Amino acid sequence: MSSSDVARQPDPSRSLSLSGHVGFDSLPDQLVNKSTCQGFCFNILCIGETGIGKSTLMDTLFNTNFENFEASHFEPQVKLRAQTYDLQESNVRLRLTVVNTVGFGDQMNKQESYQPVVDYIDRQFESFLQEELKIKRSLHSYHDSRVHACLYFISPTGHSLKSLDLVTMKKLDSKVNIIPVIAKADTISKSELHKFKIKIMSELVSNGVQIYQFPLDDETVAQVNTAMNGLLPFAVVGSTEEVSVGNKMVKARQYPWGVVQVENETHCDFVKLREMLICVNMEDLREQTHTAHYELYRRCKLEEMGFKDTDPESKPVSLQETYEAKRQEFLLELQKREEEMRQMFVQRVKEKESELKDSERELQNRFEQLKRLHADEKAALEEKRRLLEDDQSSFGKRRAAAQLLAAQNLTSNGKKDKDRKNSGFM
Amino acid sequence: MSELAVAPEVMMPPGSGGIYSEKIAVGGGPVLDFSYVGIDAILEQMRKKAMKQGFELNIMVVGQSGLGKSTLMNTLFKSKVSRKSALATAQEKIPKTVEIKSISHDVEEKGVRMKLTVIDTPGFGDQINNENCWQPIMKFINDQYEAYLQEEININRKKRIPDSRVHCCIYFIPPTGHCLRPLDVEFMRRLSKVVNIVPVIAKADTLTLEERDFFKQKIREELRANGIDVYPQKEFDEDAEDRMINEKIREMIPFAVVGSDQEYQVNGRRLLGRKTKWGTIEVENIAHCEFAYLRDLLIRTHMQNIKDITSSIHYELYRVRRLHENNTVAAQHANGLPEHRLVAHEM
Repeated sequence: MSSSDVARQPDPSRSLSLSGHVGFDSLPDQLVNKSTCQGFCFNILCIGETGIGKSTLMDTLFNTNFENFEASHFEPQVKLRAQTYDLQESNVRLRLTVVNTVGFGDQMNKQESYQPVVDYIDRQFESFLQEELKIKRSLHSYHDSRVHACLYFISPTGHSLKSLDLVTMKKLDSKVNIIPVIAKADTISKSELHKFKIKIMSELVSNGVQIYQFPLDDETVAQVNTAMNGLLPFAVVGSTEEVSVGNKMVKARQYPWGVVQVENETHCDFVKLREMLICVNMEDLREQTHTAHYELYRRCKLEEMGFKDTDPESKPVSLQETYEAKRQEFLLELQKREEEMRQMFVQRVKEKESELKDSERELQNRFEQLKRLHADEKAALEEKRRLLEDDQSSFGKRRAAAQLLAAQNLTSNGKKDKDRKNSGFM
Repeated sequence: MSELAVAPEVMMPPGSGGIYSEKIAVGGGPVLDFSYVGIDAILEQMRKKAMKQGFELNIMVVGQSGLGKSTLMNTLFKSKVSRKSALATAQEKIPKTVEIKSISHDVEEKGVRMKLTVIDTPGFGDQINNENCWQPIMKFINDQYEAYLQEEININRKKRIPDSRVHCCIYFIPPTGHCLRPLDVEFMRRLSKVVNIVPVIAKADTLTLEERDFFKQKIREELRANGIDVYPQKEFDEDAEDRMINEKIREMIPFAVVGSDQEYQVNGRRLLGRKTKWGTIEVENIAHCEFAYLRDLLIRTHMQNIKDITSSIHYELYRVRRLHENNTVAAQHANGLPEHRLVAHEM
């Protein structure tokens, strides 16, 4: 139907000027109100060696005291510890998740140190992808746990990046927005700091590590962001203790030789970090995570599973069709395997049966043999017995004959004796 | 440098001892609040992002021809947004079937840019046999959902998926003064399940106030009796505050509107209205008609809510249905049954 085709491609938009006040300029307000009711979500990942000041910096950044305990240096493997907090400022509710690495850089063999971090980030992407692919899903009430910003803490050696740093950052740069910071910056002097920053940035560039660049497309903040981009990495000092300087209490670290004020811009870049991370670019960080990093993960994952957008003839293939095709394949595979197993089972049974038959036959043979043997022996014995009986009977006869003879002799001898006696008298 | 706004409230997290800070001006520079972190600056960031991206709104108007749909659109947006004004056609013939025609405009007010799309449905209810005249409209709405779904499940998808889903459908009820007609009931019953419907009584200047109230009451009763849930839907009220506001609106729907894009002199001011021999009807006067309420509802207060309900409820329902459908089709394939055409857009 041509009219429905027309409907699908509406006429190209034309600009129109309004002759009066319509009122949709309140739309951004409506949007903001809705978001305020829902609350916001922000997830920060802090990577750095044990004792470099990650927890203290988080405390300082958000002006609270997150419950943290010091980690030991003897962890066998790098672990990640995530904690979620609900913060509120004026009418804005923020669900903040801080993920810290535990035991990073402590092992002797650090080849696999980056793996738990990469796995954690991928797991968050995966659970979001699962939720998005569900049939009955609730995306707007889903607690987004994807990592929006990654603060990488660089040790203040003053020379250059460690190889562990480079390797880890290279693995993470396509998965998360990396913001490198120089920790414990009060151990570096100003001139060293300047050289250190230049060295770090040049190393990152020469190794092709993509760190997060503050966005420049909005004119109101473009200038600030460009300036800040040039000051990366931020050299920060964290402290939750208050020291009195002049006539007020400031967050600072007190040394015998002076006081390092955290919020003093000439002392360290903490204020710049807070401003860039929270006040100016929080929304952009979240957007980058969703539109760039998450989309990349999703694309790779789906392609890995074998889905494509277009089949070999370049016709668009719907995800469902591919999914169904895969499901069919899988079911067929299952059936085939089942068949195979059944065949194997039948065969085994046959084999066993024939074995049993063989042994049965053997037994039968033996039995017959024994029987025959037995019969033979019996016959032999019978023969012997007969002979014996014959002997016995012949012997009996001879004895009888002998007895008879003896009896006859006796009587004849008696007669003889009588005769003698009789003859003697005359 | 973004201003460090003064945030009066202090965060009171557990166990920190709640340090209240004083605002101390340091040498005439910006006032630094020690316990202020800057989280609420995100509202400003969001606003800027929204203004930069611009907004999209798609409104569909449904009703018999001659009820004043185009005029009302023009009045609502104070410019010639309707199809008739945009495309100069000599004579409009009533089409044989319901057609769907949409026109897009880019409008801007006080820095807020909006892409407004008005979808017209000429031919609705104009034939002798009007059975199934909602079908092309249902199909169109579902096609938009389908297009969005396809884009969403693409592997390489756009940064911002163009939203062509119908956010709101304004249904024009002819001012008979009696009750709803079977066509109205049938249409609203079917479409209230897939899109936000806002019923309005068109050409309300033919009804007196008593007739109007009576008519509205009858309509509300009939809607209730038929289980039709029009915008703002009862089941989507989020909290007590919402419910209160929405109850007030629900007592007033359908709005009795009069549209006009001509201005007349009334009491020394130029106002939009309709001039008749017995007086001038002022469009924006709430004693005359309820156009102002409609405009406030649609544009000034509830526009974001309308879009949210479309995307998070109606679209999700469609998506669930569609994904389940695919499973049954595949199951049939597996069982060797011949594939029959699923009329997915039929309700």
